[in-house]
Amino acid sequence: MMRFLVFLSFVAVLTAQAPKGTPAGNAENGKKLFVKFGCYTCHGYQGQGGAAGARLAPRPIALAALIAYVRHPSGSMPPFTDKVVKDVELTDIHAFLASVPAPPAVKDIPLLNQ
Amino acid sequence: MAKKEKSAVGRRGFLKGAAVGAAAIAAGPAGQAQAPTNAPSSRPAALPPTPAQRAAETSPPAEDIQIVERPGSDYMVDVFNSLGLEYLFATPGSSFRGIHESAINHGGNRPEFITCMHEECSVAMANGYAKVEGKPVLVCAHGTVGIQHAAMAIYNAYCDQAPVFIVAGNISDAAERRGRVEWLHAVQDVGATVREYTKWDDSPASLTHFGESAVRAYQLAMTPPTMPVLLAADGVLQESPAPTDFDWRIPKLPRIAAPAGDSTAVAELARMLVAAENPLFVASRSARTPEGLRLLIELAETLQAGVIDQQRRMNFPGRHPLNQTQRARQAVADADLIVGLEVYDFYGVVHALGGQVRVIPRTITKPGVKLVSISSSDLFYKSNYQNFQRYQDVDLSIPADAEATLPALIDAVKRLLTDDRKRASQARGAKLAEASRQALDQARAAASYGWDASPVSTARLSAELWAQIKNEDWSLVSDTFWVSNWPLRLWDMNKHYHFLGGAGGEGVGYLAPAALGAAFANKKHGRLSVSIQSDGDLMMANGVLWTSAHHRIPLLTVMHNNRAYHQEIMQLQRVANQHNRGVDIDKCKIGTAIENPNIDYAKLAQSMGVQAEGPISDPKDLAAAIRRGIQVVKRGDPYLIDVVTQPR
Repeated sequence: MMRFLVFLSFVAVLTAQAPKGTPAGNAENGKKLFVKFGCYTCHGYQGQGGAAGARLAPRPIALAALIAYVRHPSGSMPPFTDKVVKDVELTDIHAFLASVPAPPAVKDIPLLNQ
Repeated sequence: MAKKEKSAVGRRGFLKGAAVGAAAIAAGPAGQAQAPTNAPSSRPAALPPTPAQRAAETSPPAEDIQIVERPGSDYMVDVFNSLGLEYLFATPGSSFRGIHESAINHGGNRPEFITCMHEECSVAMANGYAKVEGKPVLVCAHGTVGIQHAAMAIYNAYCDQAPVFIVAGNISDAAERRGRVEWLHAVQDVGATVREYTKWDDSPASLTHFGESAVRAYQLAMTPPTMPVLLAADGVLQESPAPTDFDWRIPKLPRIAAPAGDSTAVAELARMLVAAENPLFVASRSARTPEGLRLLIELAETLQAGVIDQQRRMNFPGRHPLNQTQRARQAVADADLIVGLEVYDFYGVVHALGGQVRVIPRTITKPGVKLVSISSSDLFYKSNYQNFQRYQDVDLSIPADAEATLPALIDAVKRLLTDDRKRASQARGAKLAEASRQALDQARAAASYGWDASPVSTARLSAELWAQIKNEDWSLVSDTFWVSNWPLRLWDMNKHYHFLGGAGGEGVGYLAPAALGAAFANKKHGRLSVSIQSDGDLMMANGVLWTSAHHRIPLLTVMHNNRAYHQEIMQLQRVANQHNRGVDIDKCKIGTAIENPNIDYAKLAQSMGVQAEGPISDPKDLAAAIRRGIQVVKRGDPYLIDVVTQPR
């Protein structure tokens, strides 16, 4: 349980509303890169998060904040330097995360009201 | 000794006689056909002896061929039955064949033999069974190769404080071993292989010794901290007749009381609890029995104190207003008194382990917090295996069984509670209830993300399963860590069998057999057992599928099939980034992925007689599949649904 709780504190930070003026990226390519770089392994294929990684999508944090965090993460997430993943690739990943549709409201999902 | 030899037929003599007898029988018809006659023969004069001649010339004296009327193994089985060991989980093995035969013929299949496909499964099944029933079953294995197979499962049970009664067959007398295999399967010291992670073991040299040690072993296994024990069953002792003057009496098993905490220490803790502004309980294996669950509720409600359930057992209802598990970090930070109840890693409760490469621990409690531990683990330590975790200094240590200590603690607290303190606790309880409600709302919101994803999200899988079982008398017999703990967050768990915790030693290969053992225990109570089964774990012990079909053990298995040893993908990725090399996901799957080819778990199950379906990748298909599965399970059979899932 504690392993899971370590990550909860990052959720609020990483899923804040993205500010206006975020550079556009290629969401389709970002989706591929999200898998290629193994982001999904902790955060899920839709960036939905879970015990191993924080929720990233929809409504990701600002691109600059995302890049800053990826370069210097805290907790269990390893650092991804510019040698491993370029800013332009992170921009595409950010565009993908922003393109993930919002889930249904909890009140509209009967299974989550039982 | 002289008496024994006088009365006992040596196993060697008996077996030799039996073997020769069998040879003679086999040679009989052929010998008649080849009997010498006066008729002319084309055979040459110098011939090797016929089988019949060989048998006649090498037969032992008639008195060496004997029937053993009352073998020692009959007594051993009597002992097992007197201890209430209802079942015998085992892969059959010749070194305990005497016990096997006596259980069937002398005991009337009591203990009932449950055929397991691997000794690791036998022990892990016993581990799961014990966590439901609170008592052990008998596990039999070869003293060498069987115990070697069982070793990891024994370690899991040891760490999990689960009582398992293991009997290992062995032939200690070298002169009694038939040929190379019995030498290979014999050992000088049976318990040595697993002594570091069993509570006690013995190698009895006589039946009297066996009876006394069996009762002692059971008593030790069931005295907190409950743990596995091992008894060697000598092959000669099993198969030779009991001495004519042997007293078949079985030592009496006493009622076993658990060690409760020192009364002075309990009184001191009660004063600390009543005086504290924010007392917090952290329970790991506190509820050893259903009563433990009730006691912790009573204590927490009396004080209106928060509880974090680390869920190595079902210690506290998941939706109780005082349950703070989902906001554990904050609850620990807010507390001015933290009481650990059978917490095996107190250091991990009060520290966050940061650091990218090296471990950098950070205290997360507030200054001046008082720490108290009540743990039976402090009554029993061994040195080699490090399951005792990092040392945490506490203000008061009560080495005792938490469950046994709670009644006195509750009484002491009630005596000390003044009206002022009761008012303060009521206000505290209201705040905790609101925090608990918010945590549930947050969990539901978090579960909604990726709701329609394919592969299926683990939150969706958990919610779909809960919807179908919530009105049944259900039992989740698997761990939840691998599916982001969604069942613990979303399901209403309030009975001791609703959740059993995971592998004590975190050894993979536990989940599938332990789930089956727990389901077997639930069967007699008519409970609906469900398991969310990791793919890698099942492949280590998939023989349990056959066992579930053969013995008709009702269990609904829903696969968490992420097609990988996924934890290791994340580990590899982490190390690659630490080395500033990164790793492409395709390379990250080297040695970690379970794909190409994908395993068809439905077909695997079907091949062993288990009804099954899948793979399912669309979450919309889940509900109907689960309903079909429950119908089969309610009829008393196992069912497996293969679901392709998100990684975590």
